[in-house]
Amino acid sequence: MAPFQLQAALGYWGMMALYFMLGLGFGVALELSGFGKSTKLAAQFYFKELTVLKVMFTAIITAMVLIFLASSLGLLDYSKLYVNTTYLWPGIVGGLIMGVGFIVGGFCPGTSLVGMATFKLDGLFFVLGGLFGIFMFGETVSLYDTFWNSSFFGRLTLFDFFAVPAGIVVVGVVLMALGMFWGGEHLERIFGGRDLQKEPKWRYAAAAGLLLLALATAFNGQPTLEKKWHRLAAQKQPLLDSRAVYIEPAEMLSLIHDDTRGLLLWDVRSERDFNLFHMRSAVRMEEETLRNIHRTGIDPTANQVIVIMGNDEKAATEVWKWLAMQDIPNVYILGGGINRWLETFAAEARGLMVKKEGPAETLRYAFRAALGARQPAAEPDQHLLKSLGEFTPKVKMTKVVKRQGGCG
Amino acid sequence: MANTRAKKPARPYLHPYLGGMILGTVLFLSFFLSGNGLGASGGLNRIIVFFEDLIVPGHIDRTPYLLEMAGGNLNPLDAWIIPMVLGTIAGGFLSGFFNGRLKVETNKGPNISNRTRWIMAFAGGAIMGYGARFARGCTSGQALSGGAVLSAGSWVFMFSVFASAYALAWFVRKAWN
Repeated sequence: MAPFQLQAALGYWGMMALYFMLGLGFGVALELSGFGKSTKLAAQFYFKELTVLKVMFTAIITAMVLIFLASSLGLLDYSKLYVNTTYLWPGIVGGLIMGVGFIVGGFCPGTSLVGMATFKLDGLFFVLGGLFGIFMFGETVSLYDTFWNSSFFGRLTLFDFFAVPAGIVVVGVVLMALGMFWGGEHLERIFGGRDLQKEPKWRYAAAAGLLLLALATAFNGQPTLEKKWHRLAAQKQPLLDSRAVYIEPAEMLSLIHDDTRGLLLWDVRSERDFNLFHMRSAVRMEEETLRNIHRTGIDPTANQVIVIMGNDEKAATEVWKWLAMQDIPNVYILGGGINRWLETFAAEARGLMVKKEGPAETLRYAFRAALGARQPAAEPDQHLLKSLGEFTPKVKMTKVVKRQGGCG
Repeated sequence: MANTRAKKPARPYLHPYLGGMILGTVLFLSFFLSGNGLGASGGLNRIIVFFEDLIVPGHIDRTPYLLEMAGGNLNPLDAWIIPMVLGTIAGGFLSGFFNGRLKVETNKGPNISNRTRWIMAFAGGAIMGYGARFARGCTSGQALSGGAVLSAGSWVFMFSVFASAYALAWFVRKAWN
């Protein structure tokens, strides 16, 4: 499924050649639209000719509809696309500065390259100025890097922000753009004296086509984690069947006392059970959070192991599937869950709890008080490791390459 | 050869909606194949840092922002954005060549001299370059690419660029009209 691991598929130079081809397409598209000509770009801000608005928003809605349609059909994994992270205030201030540069200089960085490539001298001077400005930024950012790194919201999308399905936002953005085009054409008529009768009729068909595709995307919906699992089960199910991701209590204990890597313990049981007993440094995670890890700000590229624990294994295994579908690396399940953990270290907590019968996925120990992690079995001593005997370590660290933005 | 081509009448630009759909398709292909959008200013940044690293490598290693690109043995040119920027220049040139639009000229409003236009282009470029790094992306990398994947910050950024340019347009109207 797209996007692809280009370096693995094409080799280093093959990957670079593909990026060159994408750049080529970018340059051609900009030049064909007239973006190599500064007067055409600047006319936008005097309402005479809204080429910038039309080209830019047509490009955005075309790409957006195709991306979310492909994702809806299961051809493209949206979670693997680079989505610009949000640094709200630095973004606003940077945008305001750029607006000044736009109206004074008549280009933006991408279009100035095309201007320069087609021998426009103002484009050349703009590129030189741009290089100087970029140089100055690198030399001065240290003066205010606290502000520059402030108001960070991570990978925040519009549909996360409005808490609606992505398809709804896609339709909304298409409608907004079409409204802007309608308004823009009338501004051109008033300020630029343009005869709208001469505009091509195919633009109505194109608008209707895009809107229909957007509606189809919204109607079909984005794949849920369960749908994704259904598709990828062939790859991932063997890891569960061979128990390659279930770690023994003994390995768990050794991980707790291993300081060379980070350890996140995610408890997926009810709050009641969690309060009765949980492992030290375990965090209780709600379903909503587990299904939307990117919203938590957890960095999946960090050197860390995540261990999920339930009372038994069933609930934790479901959660493992969700995390696997979100490409969170190095996720394991506590084999046998908390019940087996308590059984293993029962001697440690003698007097605080009693074994009892109960159905699967319930806590089969009765506690005299809700002590949470304030009991010995919450973090058994390292020396117990010897008495537990040999175990086959299951944890294998995988490193993840971070995707960086085009302007990163 | 370019000159004989350029003497032919330049072909008109594409209709903006058609140009936009082509651009949008390129942007979609970029995301579909590589997972990354399009960009420009990041590449220019790395080119600058490459030369800076040749002259003052110690300074690079002491500045956190530059360190990420060229600290120690890192080669700032070892990034996908570099071939993309080279491709953009080549694509602009080829399209200009085949459409008879390669012409040495300075586009400006009728009321200013070429020299004034060049100074404004340099100044505007410097402001734009500074702002683009401040906002972590230019019109291509933030507004276009981030806009298409519905990044909240990119949309806020996009409207602040337009707001600021419109607010200032009246004051520099002599330069363009």
